[in-house]
Amino acid sequence: MTDAKPILRLDGIVKTFPGVRALDGVSFSVMPGEVHALMGENGAGKSTLMKVLGGIHQPDEGAIYMGDDRVVMAGPLEAKAKGIVFIHQELSLAEELSVAENIYLGELPRKSFGRVDWTTLTDKTNAILKKLNVGFDANTLVGDLSIANQQMVEIARALTVDAKAVIFDEPTASLTDAEKSVLFDVISDLQADGVGIIYISHRMEEIFKITDRITVLRDGQYQGTVNTRETNEESVTQLMIGRKLDLTRNASHHEIGDVALEVRNLSCGKLYKDISFEVRRGEVVGFYGLVGAGRTEIAETLFGLRDPSAGQIFLDGQEVRISSPADAITRGISLVPEDRKGQGLVLGMNCRDNMTLPQVDDLKAGPFVAEGAEIAIFDQYRDQLDIRTPSWRQQVGNLSGGNQQKIVIGKWLSMHPSLLIVDEPTRGIDVGSKSEIHKLLRALAAKGYAVMVISSEMPEVLHVSDRIVAMYSGRIMRTFTSDEVTEDNLIQAISGIKADQAA
Amino acid sequence: MATVSKQQIGSVLAKQGILIAFAVFIVAFTFANSKFLTVDNVFSVVRSSAILGVMALGVTFVVISGNLDLSVGSMMSFSTIVVLDLHDKIGPFLAIPAMFAMTLALGALIGFLVGYLKLNSLIVTLGMLSAIHGLTLTYSGGKNMDIADKEGTWFSVFGQGSALGIPVPILIFLLLAAFLGLVLSKTPFGRKVYAVGGNGTAATFSGIRRARTVFFCYIISSACVATAGLIQASRSLGSQNTVGQGLELEVLAAVILGGASLMGGSGTIFKTVIGVLILGFIQNGLLLLGLQFYVQFVVTWIIIILAVWLDIAAKRGKLMSPIA
Ligand SMILES: Nc1ncnc2c1ncn2[C@@H]1O[C@H](COP(=O)(O)OP(=O)(O)OP(=O)(O)O)[C@@H](O)[C@H]1O
Ligand SMILES: [Mg+2]
Repeated sequence: MTDAKPILRLDGIVKTFPGVRALDGVSFSVMPGEVHALMGENGAGKSTLMKVLGGIHQPDEGAIYMGDDRVVMAGPLEAKAKGIVFIHQELSLAEELSVAENIYLGELPRKSFGRVDWTTLTDKTNAILKKLNVGFDANTLVGDLSIANQQMVEIARALTVDAKAVIFDEPTASLTDAEKSVLFDVISDLQADGVGIIYISHRMEEIFKITDRITVLRDGQYQGTVNTRETNEESVTQLMIGRKLDLTRNASHHEIGDVALEVRNLSCGKLYKDISFEVRRGEVVGFYGLVGAGRTEIAETLFGLRDPSAGQIFLDGQEVRISSPADAITRGISLVPEDRKGQGLVLGMNCRDNMTLPQVDDLKAGPFVAEGAEIAIFDQYRDQLDIRTPSWRQQVGNLSGGNQQKIVIGKWLSMHPSLLIVDEPTRGIDVGSKSEIHKLLRALAAKGYAVMVISSEMPEVLHVSDRIVAMYSGRIMRTFTSDEVTEDNLIQAISGIKADQAA
Repeated sequence: MATVSKQQIGSVLAKQGILIAFAVFIVAFTFANSKFLTVDNVFSVVRSSAILGVMALGVTFVVISGNLDLSVGSMMSFSTIVVLDLHDKIGPFLAIPAMFAMTLALGALIGFLVGYLKLNSLIVTLGMLSAIHGLTLTYSGGKNMDIADKEGTWFSVFGQGSALGIPVPILIFLLLAAFLGLVLSKTPFGRKVYAVGGNGTAATFSGIRRARTVFFCYIISSACVATAGLIQASRSLGSQNTVGQGLELEVLAAVILGGASLMGGSGTIFKTVIGVLILGFIQNGLLLLGLQFYVQFVVTWIIIILAVWLDIAAKRGKLMSPIA
């Protein structure tokens, strides 16, 4: 590959936003058939660099070359015409349209008189979907799909273009293992065709599994490019955060207190059946399973968003009916939802207002919102969670993906709940902050919080939980203590194999 | 290398476009007609905009919450007719609160339908536009309404009086703007209005009762309409059944001109006041040029289209973006 010329080269790119120097002279190149990882902490400038390449942002300085020619990406359509395909971190699909329409938006196959050729459209789409091995078809409404499946639609979109380079900005943040392996197959096919791949992710295992080179950014500055084979996780991390990462588990086996939450024989239609478990004060209970196992739906029920069809919920020994999120909040329950953009944030509102939204009625000075108190709360969680933003006045929509997620976490921690439910809490969060958040969850438990962690990342569940509830298809298969759980028996449990059958 | 891209110019134009167009307009009209920028004329513009302005303040809440209110024009006719009728029957002291109660009841009905039953606000308020018109006609028996003793009533103070040298309608408009501006920008309720309009799902997930928030937006809107009806009735002491006809579009134009997005979640009271003044000056300028008043209707429509276009352009950062 040494004699090959890069298909794509960015040179000395500078991009500033009011109050932020997002990119400070960054250079980057991709070879044909290469998978090139772009890494860095939340807010390091990865997405911004790719948006410059994709024609969404114009650089203040610097140049883009394709082969030997200098090019200007005046807009996303032009970048696409030049063969650059961008799969965004934040999904950008039209929810009211079908999968097929989304995939071919802007270039729907036509018949005479400009009529859309629906048969061809459906057939072409289904062919691609088959390749991706997904469980939905061309005519499904995108709004009806889970986030993971919506992500697969984005990926399908990339396969319709004759691409020279494909950018994946955190494609796996919401994918399960099965979908991930499909994605990796797609990537290696593209690679074999000589397409250059740019791959952004915070997940080290993936980076070391599929990439050839790694380029690291920190605070908008280029830190270096290394061959993946010649490096290891530790040195990449050090390059990213400028120090060594402390990965020890906060081993404090603190006192486990009274039962804070007990769920008895809870059912909700087909979503989950006959669920019973308890969470004690001082305890972190992990919920692990495939997407669709019913974990999110249980969380939504506990937060008053979904009525159960049968069963009982007890808080501190009292049976309760939780009728709405407002009701759940007054009972001391917080939910960090799985979809930060759809459920967690008002993107057009500033950071401070987003963070204090659930308690805005309680933060009052006379008839008005006590803005000083709000700023104090914001400052506290900005420091604790290391949120990178020029000020609380910044619109949340302008923050980097990981920093947006931290705002959602801060929002719910600042409620000081007695039961904290987090659904995929570290989605899109960098390695350093991730381990901080894991420590934080342990520390909250030590303070007497009851914590439920729903996660599709096995290392995360194994790392933070005192007990792990394994779910499959709406049912609890088994509950493990942290001593008895292993990767193998956990995987077995969530794939629907009962321990006794397997033996 | 030029550092200002075409895209940036486009987005600045789109964001400030209305203000720039307004400035050009003012300068042009001042040259065309020397009366345009005189103290008297400015005063008369603000005074004649006050009724529209008061209604626009309420509609701002509704629009930010992500909904529409097209019923305000015919609701204003209703308030005016009712208060004029009751004035002679039960006296102004009781007539005013009675009229407010009836108008708020209509607002509550809309708020219930849109907030709690989750019906589409366009359909509900368009229906109410015609239903309230029918209600007004039924109430008045189709006749115009006049106060018997026009000289001897203190009721004229709201439309014709002045305090500290400022006409009362202007005072009411400005005080109400200041009050509602505080409500929207400083209170928990105002914060919730933005959240509900900006992302309703996230608002629900934050424990905000969306239905209640939307309901109160319509209550505020109807209270503003009642106030506007009061000023209107007091100014003329007699009225036709159709006095507010067509105002709903002008109100909406003013709100959008000020920069509130029809998609909800953005806009401020201050911007709405600016929008009201822009609309007032444009209409006044056209009259001074000697154009027939009905030219206004066309111009108002053009302004609405322009405002909506700039709103979308500002979001996308460019002026043209054809569908697919
Ligand atoms: N449109 C914008 N307006 C203002 N600031 C922005 C905008 N887009 C990005 N930024 C800022 O630029 C910096 C880099 O953001 P970017 O999204 O590139 O980070 P990232 O490396 O992709 O992070 P993450 O891992 O969290 O996705 C951040 O500080 C962010 O707040
Ligand atoms: Mg990013």
